[in-house]
Amino acid sequence: MAELWQLTIHEAHQSLVQREISSVDLTRACLDRIGQVEERVKAFVTVTEAVALPQAEAADQRIAAGNATPLTGIPVQIKDLMCTKGIRTTCASRMLENYVPVYDATAVSKLLGAGAVLLGKGNMDEFGMGSSCENSAFFPTSNPWDLARVSGGSSGGASASVASGEVAYALGSDTGGSIRQPSSLCGVVGLKPTYGLVSRYGLIAYASSLDQIGPITQDVTDSAQVLNAITGHDPKDSTSLPQQTKDYTQALTGDITGLRLGVPDEYFVEGMQPGVRDAVQKAISDLESLGATIIPVSLPTTKYALACYYIIAPSECSANLARYDGVKYGYSYQDTDNVLEAMEQTRRRGFGMEVKRRIMLGTYALSSGYYDAYYLKAQQVRTLIREDFTRVFQKVDALVTPTSPVVAFPQGEKLNDPVQMYLIDVCTLPINIAGLPAISVPCGFSQGLPVGMQLIGPYLSESTLLRVAHAYEQTTEWHKARPEL
Amino acid sequence: MSLDRAEIEHLASLVRIGLSNHEIETLRDQLSQILEQFDVLRELDTTSVIPTGHAGNLETVMRDDLPGECLTTEEVVSNAPRTEGDLIRVKAVLEE
Repeated sequence: MAELWQLTIHEAHQSLVQREISSVDLTRACLDRIGQVEERVKAFVTVTEAVALPQAEAADQRIAAGNATPLTGIPVQIKDLMCTKGIRTTCASRMLENYVPVYDATAVSKLLGAGAVLLGKGNMDEFGMGSSCENSAFFPTSNPWDLARVSGGSSGGASASVASGEVAYALGSDTGGSIRQPSSLCGVVGLKPTYGLVSRYGLIAYASSLDQIGPITQDVTDSAQVLNAITGHDPKDSTSLPQQTKDYTQALTGDITGLRLGVPDEYFVEGMQPGVRDAVQKAISDLESLGATIIPVSLPTTKYALACYYIIAPSECSANLARYDGVKYGYSYQDTDNVLEAMEQTRRRGFGMEVKRRIMLGTYALSSGYYDAYYLKAQQVRTLIREDFTRVFQKVDALVTPTSPVVAFPQGEKLNDPVQMYLIDVCTLPINIAGLPAISVPCGFSQGLPVGMQLIGPYLSESTLLRVAHAYEQTTEWHKARPEL
Repeated sequence: MSLDRAEIEHLASLVRIGLSNHEIETLRDQLSQILEQFDVLRELDTTSVIPTGHAGNLETVMRDDLPGECLTTEEVVSNAPRTEGDLIRVKAVLEE
């Protein structure tokens, strides 16, 4: 039998309800694993052992009483931008280093209501701004497959903690690829749901029209299980969709016969690593062998998505982060009597360079004289990008692309070159712009590092995406590969 | 699109971020480079294209204005850097 810390959610659930193991055993096994590898991986901002063990004991009682949900008693890491009541929530920023929320994010309270065991808070790029987890104000998270390389970002702590067996699964958030890209780079499964499917209440805002919470898991079955638990309408989020919850595991039939899968040429970008291209092409032919029809398609506006995103997201960020003024909560510079100086010093010392860069960029794009040329233009291009997807989804049920054009890159390589760093997200950004769902699943290795395949679908097509991803997973072993640590 | 030093200083004052000389120079170079990447959008004719502010197509959500559960005053001010009783203490905004 596998080590306890290696169990998926569905494997652990079986063992828990059959009383072969207890949640306390499982939680201690994960805490021991954290003790072994965390010094090298650095996936956690905060480990919440004192919270986890009583939750595990309560979960064991719930299981004994026959009231277990599929998540009861199973350890989870939460990205450190979702509010956790009484537990420090930092956004990996000096600005919120000592911020202790007085309420739980809706996604968190849904997991806790299902009996999840909270093992800690995940490291990330500060406020979700980055693609390598190097923009954390505290420390970078390493890739468990090669500790000298990045874990991806911004949910790098989440993907690295799952890949290294520190937790069974994690919750991340995705504004331009922040669930899918680190999942791809760490060899795990990452799902970004349709915008509005999961409540954003208690998710500390970066770019509100793009942000979405989703699961990072060891396999597709787990992804469906977590999605079941976190979806649902929330009156506390005005953009929450009115959808009823449903059981996404019913989509996992293994049968994709006759499904039409589009392959957009534009996503096989210039500069893409040959090893990544080969792995994704092989996965596409595997999908064809499973009975899917592969159809070449074109999304001509793809090349404009990067510019569109880097106008819209910083613009929204510049407004959202205006709230950090050192008055109501967060870091506060006190060494002056001048209110303006206090604010300028608070924001100078509280924010890292990438956050400052995006606030400045967004403010520029929104400022009078430039608004039409940048912000308005980007919103119009956003319409064209959406229309591209709408047209293509009249012909195909889903799209297959690489998640990232490259495998995990060495730490430091792109840190001082924002344009190069932004290019990493070229395959994931368009999906947030259009508000669509997408999933990244492991599809091979290049240079000994994981490669991810991205499946993109129309609004609320999570069931289709999970069905395709699951069918693919049944015929491959990529998702079972784990790094030696 | 190239930015000059005065524009960076103006932006910094708008967003209330104090910047060092070094940061001003770095941001001037980097933001200029990033803005160059945006030029590609000019290739697209967007006359008469309706802007999308939001992917969700949602209507404004309204609810009845009824009292419900809310945080206590202690909870609301619990993270404030400076408090006095159940109030947040701020620096003088108006000069004497």
